[in-house]
Amino acid sequence: MQFDNLADFLQMSGHGVYVWSAYIIVTITIVYLVWSPLARKRRIITEQQRRLRREEYEAQQKAGSSTSI
Amino acid sequence: MWSFLKKLYHKLGSPRWFYDISGKWLPWLALVCAGLLITGVVWGLAFAPADFKQGNSYRIIYIHVPASFIALAGYYIMAVAGAVTLIWRMKMADVVMRSCAPIGAAMTFLALVTGAIWGKPTWGTWWVWDARITSMLVLFFLYLGVIALSEAFTNRDAGSKASAVLALVGTVNIPIIYKSVDWWYSLHQPATLKITEESTMHPDMLYPLLIMISGFYLLYAVLLILNVRTEILSREHRTKWVKALVLARP
Repeated sequence: MQFDNLADFLQMSGHGVYVWSAYIIVTITIVYLVWSPLARKRRIITEQQRRLRREEYEAQQKAGSSTSI
Repeated sequence: MWSFLKKLYHKLGSPRWFYDISGKWLPWLALVCAGLLITGVVWGLAFAPADFKQGNSYRIIYIHVPASFIALAGYYIMAVAGAVTLIWRMKMADVVMRSCAPIGAAMTFLALVTGAIWGKPTWGTWWVWDARITSMLVLFFLYLGVIALSEAFTNRDAGSKASAVLALVGTVNIPIIYKSVDWWYSLHQPATLKITEESTMHPDMLYPLLIMISGFYLLYAVLLILNVRTEILSREHRTKWVKALVLARP
């Protein structure tokens, strides 16, 4: 360990602001990069589920109405 | 040998095959990647010795250098995928090219921002119009250009072709970035890591850097796979296998 205590570690002899802000920006960006394709995938799947179920329902309705006539 | 390569090419060209196999690999890749990144960050921030000239500000190197590396490596992958798209009209190559662009743009952005933050305490300025930094900024705009062009056409094929051409033309910039610190007088320090000679870095500082670089390469692989899988689902949503997969989800 290069630092004696937490305050020392956070301050990094005056360079803390720079080091920590750089690491925070990188962390936020990485989290966003992982989250964004996963969120888009989730969105696509829900959309497709809705579409497929609607199509299935409509097909059933059609089949039902044709047999009743 | 030839038939093996042919088989591999056809497999790689199959979105379904890629989706299945990458789904199995992804959790392990992500696990190793997270392990490397956490080890590297803790080592680099808390245990590596301070630099005798730059003090603690040099600790930014552990994210700045890996981000820059994969900003460049990602460009190669994007350009090669672009070339394959243009020459063989391979569907998956287009998917890969489009998935590369936002990751590359983000990594170039990180390289520029962490570089600026590192520049302030070290050079006394956030920004200089120096060869290395300017050519990295050009790389950032190339990535943005590829994203914009690929989205600019209502016809997807036209967008793919235009962005692939831009990606290929932009490769001119890559050797300029590499060589910029040698060709021009620059504030940017010359490369610390060298492949042919011994590195100028002390092992206590070097090992965490190497761990971070491998971690970022794996991160790139994970992000690329995530983006490619999503793009595959979006494009193949009318196929039987995607329909089955979608309906199997809760």
